[in-house]
Amino acid sequence: MSSTPGVKELVARGIGRRYRNERLFKAAGLGALMIGLGFLAFFFYTLVANGYTALQQTRILLDVKLDLAVIDPDNTRDPAVRATADYQRLVRDAMSALFPDVKARAELRDLFALVSPGAGLELKEYVASNPGAVGSTISVWLVADDDIDVLVKGHVSRDVPEADRRIDDRQLAWLDKLEQEQRIGLRFNRYFFTAGDSRDPELAGIWSATIGSFYMLLVTLLLSFPLGVATAIYLEEFARRNRWTDLIEVNINNLAAVPSIVFGLLGLALFINAFGLPRSAPLVGGLVLSLMTLPVIIIASRAALTAVPPSIREAALGLGASKMQMVMHHVLPLAMPGMLTGTIIGMARALGESAPLLMIGMVAFIVDVPDSPLDPSTALPVQVYLWADSPERAFVERTSAAIIVLLLFLLVMNATAILLRKRFERRY
Amino acid sequence: MNLAAEPKSNKVSEAAPQAAAVPSTQPAVEAVEEGYRTVGDFTALKPVMQARKVDVFYGDNHAIQRVNLDVGLNEVIALIGPSGCGKSTFIRCLNRMNDTIESARITGEITLDGENIYGRHMDVVMLRARVGMVFQKPNPFPKSVYDNVAYGPRIHGLARDRVELDEIVQTSLERAGLWVEVKDRLEEPGTGLSGGQQQRLCIARTIAVNPEVILMDEPCSALDPIATARIEDLIDELKQNYAIVIVTHSMQQAARVSQRTAYFHLGKLIEVGDTDEVFTNPRHKLTEDYITGRFG
Repeated sequence: MSSTPGVKELVARGIGRRYRNERLFKAAGLGALMIGLGFLAFFFYTLVANGYTALQQTRILLDVKLDLAVIDPDNTRDPAVRATADYQRLVRDAMSALFPDVKARAELRDLFALVSPGAGLELKEYVASNPGAVGSTISVWLVADDDIDVLVKGHVSRDVPEADRRIDDRQLAWLDKLEQEQRIGLRFNRYFFTAGDSRDPELAGIWSATIGSFYMLLVTLLLSFPLGVATAIYLEEFARRNRWTDLIEVNINNLAAVPSIVFGLLGLALFINAFGLPRSAPLVGGLVLSLMTLPVIIIASRAALTAVPPSIREAALGLGASKMQMVMHHVLPLAMPGMLTGTIIGMARALGESAPLLMIGMVAFIVDVPDSPLDPSTALPVQVYLWADSPERAFVERTSAAIIVLLLFLLVMNATAILLRKRFERRY
Repeated sequence: MNLAAEPKSNKVSEAAPQAAAVPSTQPAVEAVEEGYRTVGDFTALKPVMQARKVDVFYGDNHAIQRVNLDVGLNEVIALIGPSGCGKSTFIRCLNRMNDTIESARITGEITLDGENIYGRHMDVVMLRARVGMVFQKPNPFPKSVYDNVAYGPRIHGLARDRVELDEIVQTSLERAGLWVEVKDRLEEPGTGLSGGQQQRLCIARTIAVNPEVILMDEPCSALDPIATARIEDLIDELKQNYAIVIVTHSMQQAARVSQRTAYFHLGKLIEVGDTDEVFTNPRHKLTEDYITGRFG
């Protein structure tokens, strides 16, 4: 023991290991981030790759004779009469005119199947907005059947044996002839954004589900924001700390972690069975989602209130402000950005929720756009669930597209939350 | 810290007989309580607030014990003492800011113009309008300079219209010595001012309510010497109209601004007296040790 090592030697001995540990930790963190980003990229890629084709749909150019004898035999010019006419027959006539050789009943049925049942409705709309066109022959792009749509888009291969195809060889030949005559084309898929659900994928859209989601979120927001903020203010600013408030706090934290389907069951038992509210209604959905969102909002609001520095409260109280004035004039404005952020994040979670809605009957097949929160309706995530469950190939791209729309809504909401925080965050 | 505190607490128990050795200094009012008695005269010439036998507990912690002290008009009383001695606790009793701490319990009596401020007829909002407070860290509201000063008059309804309010704001800022600096930026946020200006803004905000007493809890501890000097000048002017209580860690500041000084030690009020007396001729050993810099 001639000389004990000095500080310099001791530090030098361990310094290499210390830096190595740091490098390893950084590499591990970066690796974890990369894996996460990789999954995210894969997720977005599959979504977009599957979903973007839903923006377009196949249409067939037909020369339709708007026969007065079919549309309005007595020439009443009454829109009510014209609305009930058999427009699908005009479509069938136009198809027959293109393929005069097809005569047999079964063959004709196969031929007419190339065009969607929605084509007649499109003609009806056309006549309603152009009453003067009745009697003339018009060239219109009418919506094709979904089986044609997936074939034209290449989602279904022609090489599959005929027996396994939904389109037989004869129909393929007709399709080829139409394509040769340049009567097949891809157009913007307006149904996707303006229609409700449909058994025919080419006519199905997300509008009714979007409105349903909107009503639901409206109910949720109107209920859970004021209730949540009031609860948070009471607990944080007014309630005394004792066993009861501790118990309440623990329960709120627990409620935030309860699986959402349990709230759905509660909603079914309480709102539908006990209170007799209508099934499948956005009102009930909103109530259930409020139950789910409330704890989130309360927790976020309490955190926002705690973050307001005590010096502001002291300043207000020291001037003789009452507790209520202190809260309303000083604490709440400072906590509001945090509360709004928490609320929007809670709402975003509610928007993406499907499980509790299944419990209260919002999984129904809804064609009509709901007019009020009491009308039967579905929601965007439930629509995704329904479509993902449907056998038709054309629903695959629509499912992905609906998911993209849902994600865009979530993105907008979360971006709003960040903007609000940045915009109204005040330093003190 | 602990090492320093231990011998001090021993000294307190020794202090009692020592204090008893100078009976001539005992005031007429009974200041004698078990364990210790305050040296010197704790009464004021023109008392506004009177604390008698005030004990404060934070849970099981006996924060201040049997404190008797007057706050008088037209004078500044400085509360000095080492950290944790209870001087801030005491000042916060005077406008019941301790009410906000749930575990705090207060016994004894504190009167404002003869009314018990802990009595049933005293409203705490009213009390705080009459006993204003300036805090250690400047804490302007994150609102405009104008709104900061106008807040008190607004909530108490002191101004009938905008003109009157403007007047109150201007006078308060003038009396706080801030008007010249901020008159062109009344609509800018108060938090954008410098630290010293912020503290003067807080003082302006307090005097805008026209209180009887102003409590200042280490008002200069976050400020540089120049800003401190301005605040001290301001305190000197304000005593023309108010009773002022100031808690300070700086003995020089206590000597400069106050007329009376009270020395607290571990929750006990050890000595009170005219500032000149206390600083030049402390009668208690603890006071002497503290002001001569032997600890604290």
